[in-house]
Amino acid sequence: MRHRIATYSDESSEAGSPRAGGDASGPADGPAPELVAPELVAPELVTFTGVEKRFPDGTQALAPIDLNVRDGEFVSIVGASGCGKSTLLRLASGLTEATAGTVSALTGRISYVFQDPTLLPWRSVRRNVETLAELTGVPRAEYRPRAAEVIELVGLGGFERHRPRSLSGGMRMRVSLARSLVLSPDLFLLDEPFGALDEISRERLGGELLRLFELRRFGAAMFVTHSVAEAVFLSTRVLVMSPRPGRVVAEFTVPFGFPRPAEMRFREDFTRLTAAVSRRLRDGEAG
Amino acid sequence: MSVRGARRLMALARGSRALRTGRPRATWRDRTAPLVLFAVIIGVWYFVSLVVLDRDRRFLLPSPDSVVRVAFLDGHNLSQLLRALWLSTSVALIGLGVSIVLGMAVAIAMSQARWIEKSVYPYAVILQTIPTLAMVPLIGFWFGYGFLSRVIVCVLIALFPVISSTLFGLQSVNQDMLDLFRLHRIPRWRRLVSLQLPAAMPATFAGFQVCAGLSVVGAVVGDFFFKQGKPGIGVLIDLYRARLLSQQLFGAVILASLLGVVVFTFFGWLSRLVTGRWYGAETP
Ligand SMILES: Nc1ncnc2c1ncn2[C@@H]1O[C@H](COP(=O)(O)OP(=O)(O)O)[C@@H](O)[C@H]1O
Ligand SMILES: [Mg+2]
Repeated sequence: MRHRIATYSDESSEAGSPRAGGDASGPADGPAPELVAPELVAPELVTFTGVEKRFPDGTQALAPIDLNVRDGEFVSIVGASGCGKSTLLRLASGLTEATAGTVSALTGRISYVFQDPTLLPWRSVRRNVETLAELTGVPRAEYRPRAAEVIELVGLGGFERHRPRSLSGGMRMRVSLARSLVLSPDLFLLDEPFGALDEISRERLGGELLRLFELRRFGAAMFVTHSVAEAVFLSTRVLVMSPRPGRVVAEFTVPFGFPRPAEMRFREDFTRLTAAVSRRLRDGEAG
Repeated sequence: MSVRGARRLMALARGSRALRTGRPRATWRDRTAPLVLFAVIIGVWYFVSLVVLDRDRRFLLPSPDSVVRVAFLDGHNLSQLLRALWLSTSVALIGLGVSIVLGMAVAIAMSQARWIEKSVYPYAVILQTIPTLAMVPLIGFWFGYGFLSRVIVCVLIALFPVISSTLFGLQSVNQDMLDLFRLHRIPRWRRLVSLQLPAAMPATFAGFQVCAGLSVVGAVVGDFFFKQGKPGIGVLIDLYRARLLSQQLFGAVILASLLGVVVFTFFGWLSRLVTGRWYGAETP
């Protein structure tokens, strides 16, 4: 059903196996590793080369940025408001053009999820989940069962006939995720998807997203968040951005393997890495 | 649990529409206040008619019962009024239909490209602002003084709200949603049919509702200028005024108002029927 864009090493295509970014090969004792270029064999899905973005009004949203995201990576982006995180995602998706440099996406299978679930209020949960597949011309016989499967997978079973109005914020976001996952994206872009949710829904949905990643329901993710803990918990790599102009000031490889139990959040190596990212984030804002 | 809480629960169990649309149930006061106001208006009417006005000036405001007696209970007068009402209703409904189809077509065209919007919008505004009276001689020259010209006046008066509210609705679609459609290269017509038109529905129906009210106004106004053929309510109103038949005049005004209220209410109901289904569970 899924078409990978290139062959991929056998071991990582298994659900739940260690992912790119390394297994837990001994958490460092000292300060968490910084600016480590990950040695990856997976193909690149999107590459930024000297990418700049300046808006017509003169706002320099992004200083030249080099970046690539490979298949099997979960890249989180943290940074203050206005530092260009959304712009970075819009560039990756092709919704915005770079004003200098090049963005090359090696896959057309890109999905986008926004903070607002953007559901169609006149459609039921099932029809909302089917929307994109239906309108992009996937045959009904194909998207129907796929949508049904994804609905179960994101825990919406039994709510198929409900309309968005009767769902909680967390449930609506599940619908939004499911709608994108029906398309089996290679690159999944998520712009603060849990930003409007309460702490508990937020952690639960983070866990679900991670499980979907482990099940290889999407190839790679670029995930914007304000929560450092969330970023570290979900990611194989965390980028710290800083404003005026927007740039990546630090990059952390997350050394934890998969699957990741919720209790991992209380482990000492986890909190140490979270602290290191937070510190870098604060420095970036000061500087 | 409070009484209100218990009521809400009961309403929930019944799946009451009041709860689904998020509106509290109508209270005793909601139901009686309109009746009280109506009684007050009738009372004031009687007071002015019977107490304030002298007998020889009572034609200015004949009492409610005399209006009912002369205009509605007299067989000849009633059938004259109803025939005129029927004619005006057909003008209003045809004008309404034309306004809806034409208005939506124009709004859809305007929503598809900025250059279309920019070039068409000034004329839509002129349509709204030009005094109908100024157009009357031309319409008479071109289309005669009968039924067709009445319909045209009706459309001129009723068209704009359909254009403006449909366009507003089509353009009010969430930007993220539009981005999503663009990202997935969903064709323009599918975006229109599956996203923009349904999203515009509440605004469009609000426009239809205003248009429906105005189409009745247009049908009556058209009568004042174009009197050839069978008389409509407007023709009768003019006739009764000239002959000082004030009971019948009031009867005609009441019927014209009722017609407006009926079409206005119908579209309000239709709108809730369509967009009300967006709330709660899908009906099988
Ligand atoms: N369409 C636009 N026109 C002008 N400036 C913009 C536009 N979109 C974003 N910006 C500016 O670019 C900067 C980065 O925006 P954004 O990528 O949305 O930041 P973030 O998502 O990190 O909060 C901000 O200063 C913002 O005001
Ligand atoms: Mg943003």
